[in-house]
Amino acid sequence: MHKFKNLGTNDKIFYVIITVVLTLFFLIVLYPCIYVISASFSSGSAVQAGKVILWPVDFSLEGYKTVFNTKDVWTGFRNSLFYTVVGTSINIVMTMVAAYSLSRPDVPGKNGIMLLFTFTMFFNGGMIPTYMLIQNLNMLDTIWCLIIPGAIGAYNLIVARTFIQNTIPLELLEAAKIDGCSDIKYMLKIVIPLSKAVIAVLVLFYGVGHWNSYFNAMIYLHTKNLFPLTLFLRQILLMEQIDPSTISDPELQAQMAKAAGVIKYALIVVSMVPVMLIYPFIQKYFVKGVMIGSIKG
Amino acid sequence: MAKKKNQVQSPAVNLGVQHRKTLWKQMKSRWQIYLLLLLPLIYIIIFAYVPMGGLIIAFKDYNFRDGIFGSPWVGFDNFIEFFTGRYFPVVVPNTIILAAYSLVVTFPIPIIFALLLNALPGRKYKKVIQTVTYIPHFISVIVMVGLLYQILNYRTGLYGAIYSAITGATAPDILAKGSNFYHLYVWSAVWQSTGYNAIIYIAALAGVDQELHEAATIDGASRFQRVLYIDVPSILPTASIMLILAIGNVMNIGFEKAFAMQNSLNMNYSEIISTYVYKVGLAMGITDFSLSTAVGMFNSVINFVLLLTANWGSKKLSGSGIF
Repeated sequence: MHKFKNLGTNDKIFYVIITVVLTLFFLIVLYPCIYVISASFSSGSAVQAGKVILWPVDFSLEGYKTVFNTKDVWTGFRNSLFYTVVGTSINIVMTMVAAYSLSRPDVPGKNGIMLLFTFTMFFNGGMIPTYMLIQNLNMLDTIWCLIIPGAIGAYNLIVARTFIQNTIPLELLEAAKIDGCSDIKYMLKIVIPLSKAVIAVLVLFYGVGHWNSYFNAMIYLHTKNLFPLTLFLRQILLMEQIDPSTISDPELQAQMAKAAGVIKYALIVVSMVPVMLIYPFIQKYFVKGVMIGSIKG
Repeated sequence: MAKKKNQVQSPAVNLGVQHRKTLWKQMKSRWQIYLLLLLPLIYIIIFAYVPMGGLIIAFKDYNFRDGIFGSPWVGFDNFIEFFTGRYFPVVVPNTIILAAYSLVVTFPIPIIFALLLNALPGRKYKKVIQTVTYIPHFISVIVMVGLLYQILNYRTGLYGAIYSAITGATAPDILAKGSNFYHLYVWSAVWQSTGYNAIIYIAALAGVDQELHEAATIDGASRFQRVLYIDVPSILPTASIMLILAIGNVMNIGFEKAFAMQNSLNMNYSEIISTYVYKVGLAMGITDFSLSTAVGMFNSVINFVLLLTANWGSKKLSGSGIF
């Protein structure tokens, strides 16, 4: 807007300071991200010796080779993908149906039902009562315990409901009613197609939530075959355990000890790939989503 | 039958339908909506309200054989056991320190970040900073903690590499010192969430009337003065709502992250109420469902009281609350 040289001294100093501060923060956020990627493409010995500072040293794919040869990683990846896709689909259907129904101004009792949902944002039964419920429903150690509980998040419901209330004019509903359109048909033909933006936001919120969660899996699952990727990541990254027998290549097994650091960096990159793939497509919507949610929080 | 009895006028907006409808008629004509609501309603009752009912075992001595209803009542014994037990003086102060430290640091920083970013000239650079600072929010807790411990390793991590590149000596092992847990927890959250948490303030600042800025500029206000007297007041309402929500969640201080960060070196600092609830209830050799539920309930109730207090305080001070 203004030419820099035309500014007063005070403003010049101010702009210089904020530019420096923000750039510093920007670099602090960015640098570890670049470092992880660089380290994952370096050789195990370079990482171990602390030689990697910014760019890959002794470019090598040994970290990725080990990661892709580890059976647990594949199992986890497959399971996480399943939980994320199926779980998010259920989330979207349940949330949109509830949000649409509760957005209608002509439904007696909707405020009371909304309150039932909102209250769960601030108070819940806690770990053990929920665990006992899952136990009584015979969901322990099944895929369902990661998919069904949490099917509707109160916060996401508020986001979707507010979106529908604010962006879809009631005149459409009136017109549809006059044309003899039923309530369910109105939802399928009018509301859902007009709610693509908020559905994108919900996909991001729920999807990332499923992909990143480990707590429910940790307390409900015992069978290794059902574990999501985060549980294997926890074992490898935090508990320093990688079961050598699950690495199919014996040569790699020997390298393992040497390359522990590089493997971790490669694993971190691999686990981030799905989120980073969908992020650019949904990014433009999600700022909007955060906004909608907070207006009526 | 019911049609005649319910001559109550619907409180809902009548959507331009001019003639009066009885409540029952209106509900009946909306049967499809109620059908749609059936599944979500069943869901929320089973998965949110049944566990709340399960809280009664906090007042019982639960055993598996007798079940929830058959187990004997013990009044407040479980709470007393917690208050007088040897973990109480550990987990409660740890939780309070961690929660207060987190709130004091992670609440204002996104606001400052948003104010600075908003004042930054140059749209493109602004956009780049914003987009990059969102990214860490999408890193999972496990990966975040793995990353933290990997990068801060005093020999093989980035921290060790930079330290020895500058000083030539081996770096001190900051991860081995248990009391660093608090700093690691809080400042890694700043790294991870500042950009994301600033979104709402950035959007609020974008809505500020530009004429205010122009008028102030003509009156000779510097950019810094405009930040203080135009930008800050305009995001105060948003900030107060965010503060209520933050206080209302302060005791829900993340189980996932604290538990993931926990190891034998920092156990004395990282054992907080939620990790203790998990250990007593599910992870120890002899689990105690009732004690664990009581401790969890203690935490939830304190949290809820804090929420109500913050909301009440905000209403008194600024006239706006979240309910």
